[in-house]
Amino acid sequence: MKNCEYQQIDPQALSTPTPTPPPHQGNEPEKKTEPKRPKRKWEVFPGKNRFYCDGRLIVARQSGVLPLTVGLILVTSGLFFIFDCPFLVKHLTSCIPVIGGVLFVFVIITLLQTSFTDPGILPRATPDEAADIEKQIDNTGNTSYRPPPRTKEVLINQQVVKLKYCFTCKMFRPPRTSHCSLCDNCVERFDHHCPWVGNCVGKRNYRFFYTFIVSLSFLTAFIFGCVTTHLALRAQGGKGLVFALQESPGSAVELVICFFSVWSILGLSGFHTYLVASNLTTNEDIKGSWSGKSGEDVTNPYSHKNIFINCCSVLCAPMPPSLIDRRGFLPADESAQTGGTDIELPTLATKSEINVEEKCLDFAVTCSG
Amino acid sequence: MAETHSLQDMRPQAAVAAKVFIQRDYTNGTVCQFQTKFPSELETRIDKQQFEETVRMLNNLYAEAEKLGSQSYIEGCLACLTAYTVFLCMETHYEKMLKKIAKYIQEQNDKIYAPRGLLLTDPIERGLRVIEVTIFEDRSLTR
Repeated sequence: MKNCEYQQIDPQALSTPTPTPPPHQGNEPEKKTEPKRPKRKWEVFPGKNRFYCDGRLIVARQSGVLPLTVGLILVTSGLFFIFDCPFLVKHLTSCIPVIGGVLFVFVIITLLQTSFTDPGILPRATPDEAADIEKQIDNTGNTSYRPPPRTKEVLINQQVVKLKYCFTCKMFRPPRTSHCSLCDNCVERFDHHCPWVGNCVGKRNYRFFYTFIVSLSFLTAFIFGCVTTHLALRAQGGKGLVFALQESPGSAVELVICFFSVWSILGLSGFHTYLVASNLTTNEDIKGSWSGKSGEDVTNPYSHKNIFINCCSVLCAPMPPSLIDRRGFLPADESAQTGGTDIELPTLATKSEINVEEKCLDFAVTCSG
Repeated sequence: MAETHSLQDMRPQAAVAAKVFIQRDYTNGTVCQFQTKFPSELETRIDKQQFEETVRMLNNLYAEAEKLGSQSYIEGCLACLTAYTVFLCMETHYEKMLKKIAKYIQEQNDKIYAPRGLLLTDPIERGLRVIEVTIFEDRSLTR
């Protein structure tokens, strides 16, 4: 048997000769030369979000197709104002660009609000809280080898609701809260993660989202109607549709975009109107939480049993505050420890892991051959 | 909102003995309410009635913040008509109530809890999930 000579792999030695700037250079000179800049909480936020304007605006890290949404709306509306409005103002009424303008402004504002508002993110449990909850779970007297069930049952308006434990946020999720895997956050009254707006839709921005899709369906239908009228008027007198399209090519583009989008947007508005009237979320509707599929007598415990009150409670309720306090300052002792080291350590660990693996492979190769 | 509490200024040497967490009470739905059950760890420190009164008052304040009444409907409709831009300039009803709640907690801490070596943390600093009660070591017993 071959006598293998091996050298001990020292993980500490691997971390120093890295080409990228090592972490200790980043932290220490800052501490010595500059006074510590107080960090805001958004800079150490654990979820997958991006922040703009010093924490005032929040959006999911995956912006999805938000640029496409904005682009489509701007292009369609722009073409409408350039190609259709002059003709329609001359032949019909000057109210048309006014209505179009109001709808366009509504759509853009509500879209931006939906995208850049905190949807109702729940901050993760502090270490003390998490420890307290763990203690309570373990105390439930589970003696078998299986891990204790991480669910809790509560009675809400005489309806049994199961609360699940979130392993990422280390807490029992409140009712109607769900963890979004794309944003890595628990969101209150989670509806869905919308790629078109690049953000989750939850308790705080549902009203913006609803106003956005309703006003967008009005805008799309309005533009579609105006373009059809415009082309019909131009094609009058036996001139034909082709002539009309040649005269106003922008209208053709608008027609195509509006025709394909109006059905889905109208459908979506109708669906969400149903959800608002019955005080349901998309998440609950898809899962069938309250539809009684399992044969039990289940009703939605959050519904006020009155369509008007349901609509008011969803759309006109007092605006809840943002719970994540993005612009608050971290306490001075925490910002140095949590901000700096937490971000640096994962890269350090993975680098040394990769190097150790390479060394292990080399060692294995030398031993075997 | 994130303010250093006066108790910590007054007694910097006091060590934290334990922390008790009052959880949310979901029996009425998703409205913000806390359980009024008196935790056993506080039995030696504070009167049960006093503590339950504090929690009940907090529950009332939160219920008022989230109340669906004519005022909130008018605010909501006005906001909708202006494409919700009023939220940028106006302080919402909820925010006004949160300020009231913060003041109430500060008051309770100064008058009742600090003299007993306890500290209530405003639930908003814990994402409205729990009321954190910090129990400080009772130095008077060790003397």
